[in-house]
Amino acid sequence: MTQALGSFPGGLKLAGQKKRSTQTPIRKMPLSKTLVLPLQQHIGESAVAIVKVGDKVLKGQKIATANGHVSVCLHAPSSGIISAVGDHPIPHPSGLSAPCISIDTDGEDHWVERNMAEDFSDLTAHELRQRIREAGIVGLGGAGFPSFIKLNPGVHHHVETLILNGVECEPYITCDDMLMRERAQGIMDGIEVMQQALHVNNCVIAIEDNKPEAISSMELALASREKLKDTKVVVIPTRYPAGSEKQLIQTITGKQVPTRGLTLDIGIVLHNVGTAYAVGRAIKHGEPLISRIVTVTGKDVKHAGNFETLFGTPIHELLSFCDTKRKAGEPFIQGGPMMGYNLAGDKLPVTKTANCILVGVDDATQAAKPLPCIRCGDCATVCPVSLLPQQLYWHSRSKDLEKTSEYNLFDCIECGCCSYVCPSQIPLVQYFRFAKTETMNQEQERQKSDLARIRHDNRQERQERERIEKEEKQRQRKAALAASKAAKEKKEAEAAESQSESQEKQ
Amino acid sequence: MFTAIIAITLLALTFGLLLGFAAIYFKVEGDPIVEQIDKLLPQTQCGQCSFAGCRPYAEAIANGEVDINRCPPGGEATIEALANLLEVEVKPLDDECGVEAPKTLAVIDEDRCIGCTLCIQACPVDAILGAAKQMHTVFADECTGCELCVEPCPVDCIDMVETKLNPNTWRWPDPSHIDLQTGGQI
Repeated sequence: MTQALGSFPGGLKLAGQKKRSTQTPIRKMPLSKTLVLPLQQHIGESAVAIVKVGDKVLKGQKIATANGHVSVCLHAPSSGIISAVGDHPIPHPSGLSAPCISIDTDGEDHWVERNMAEDFSDLTAHELRQRIREAGIVGLGGAGFPSFIKLNPGVHHHVETLILNGVECEPYITCDDMLMRERAQGIMDGIEVMQQALHVNNCVIAIEDNKPEAISSMELALASREKLKDTKVVVIPTRYPAGSEKQLIQTITGKQVPTRGLTLDIGIVLHNVGTAYAVGRAIKHGEPLISRIVTVTGKDVKHAGNFETLFGTPIHELLSFCDTKRKAGEPFIQGGPMMGYNLAGDKLPVTKTANCILVGVDDATQAAKPLPCIRCGDCATVCPVSLLPQQLYWHSRSKDLEKTSEYNLFDCIECGCCSYVCPSQIPLVQYFRFAKTETMNQEQERQKSDLARIRHDNRQERQERERIEKEEKQRQRKAALAASKAAKEKKEAEAAESQSESQEKQ
Repeated sequence: MFTAIIAITLLALTFGLLLGFAAIYFKVEGDPIVEQIDKLLPQTQCGQCSFAGCRPYAEAIANGEVDINRCPPGGEATIEALANLLEVEVKPLDDECGVEAPKTLAVIDEDRCIGCTLCIQACPVDAILGAAKQMHTVFADECTGCELCVEPCPVDCIDMVETKLNPNTWRWPDPSHIDLQTGGQI
């Protein structure tokens, strides 16, 4: 069955730059002496450490537990001794530090006892989700949303299609491509688990047409699977940002995800192929998420390639392993050239969302000096969400946050197409990111001041009530006093009267 | 002439009735301008404006008794917002009230606290928990940083600490600002 593909507006044809990192198979990054694991490597609440300094841990042992619903666990990537629990610089655009667990590895790589389920067909959807959560699996495409939540449609939604995202549309990045080429069977395991957890048979594996090796490898693996007869590989045209969640759904199904809505609202669940692989390893082999494939590439990298890297491995070790021209302390990009961000510093660890480390972009377009906007409208033509970047730019610049929300700023996926085509080289996405965080901050402040107002009002009300109660009590006491005084006087008077009467009688 | 008088009278009656009903059914409760001003104030309840809280200050502004530049915690942003709302000129912050400072949070040094409850009575938003002769502590989420608890403490065990930025509260910098710093212009 072939189905006509849909399409999304805008987008760009970009030079792939992918060959550089696909010349060698996936290699294993050697074990680092120290691993640093940030407690927050996902969207949601950060995990809570359950180990202390000096504890001995085994590979795959849980070292931090999920805190609240939108949260997952964290595991020791190798055996060793906990050397620190505290703030450490993390790979974040702010350059700030956050709570981390550091492990001094002992080099033995001793596994903790694993709970394997070679045949998982008797596990319920709930059990599967629990195991996936315990394994610390988050979306490995880049955003890092806890996967078990996306495998739980709830009673109000019916899932029609599971889409596996193997599009990887951003230039330079090839970690999903290499994974599909080399470990297609592992991805199929994960798809089987996901289908069982979601109670869905219909599944689409989407791959861009610039990855013929991955396509044939996935088709071959699929052919050997009895269970996956309703799964098909769909080849889509190469166009950036086809791999973005909402754009991919539009391409495959022709349907649009509503503003502020979920993909579930139109009966679709979407997972990255890397996530599927991790899910397969977690269920079938009992391995929690402790490593990922990281692309190290760029024009300043001598031995570019893909590396299976344990979380917590210092990025500078990875870079020196690949022999880069970068000097210590120089910035590099985490993520792709379009959506990634600059990082500086040498002690930053590889985290669950680190898909690519990029050193040196071939056609660096960022100019130091942006020119005035000439209102050419190119940004609106390429916007894949049909926004008006020019209007958003004016309002972001003048900090008119209400207006930016009116122009649907929060639908912006920060793909960077508008900045890329801007002839004046205005850093449009930077403006949108700025306006987004300002808006969120304003909202938080508003909530906080509302809370303070309510608490202040409640306090005043209580004080007023207490004052009235006190007055009432005082009044009552006075009345009681007066009454008893009166009674006493009356008694005395009566006594005096009776005395005088008796005196009179005598 | 007679018809004209009747027509005008009828019209007057109809419109009179309409207006009368409108006055009853579409009546606006309270004084919305006070509410609007109060919404723009930071609700720190610190009293630096010389009023006993944000609402009394909002009422005074609404009555035209005081200027809009007496709120140091709100700072420039609040003055601007108030000026926009009331359509008046933006003024610099009145030094008499204080200076605009980064946000702070009260922290009680629990080793030194003697449990006198004086700070609990001073806190305008009930953000301090404790009882007589028991150690007190501040709810960080509820503290507005008004500093009203610092003065009454007899053992000086309350410190105002600047709220620390973390990756979740961090904000992307303003690109136009960066360009100005590097000498470029947009």
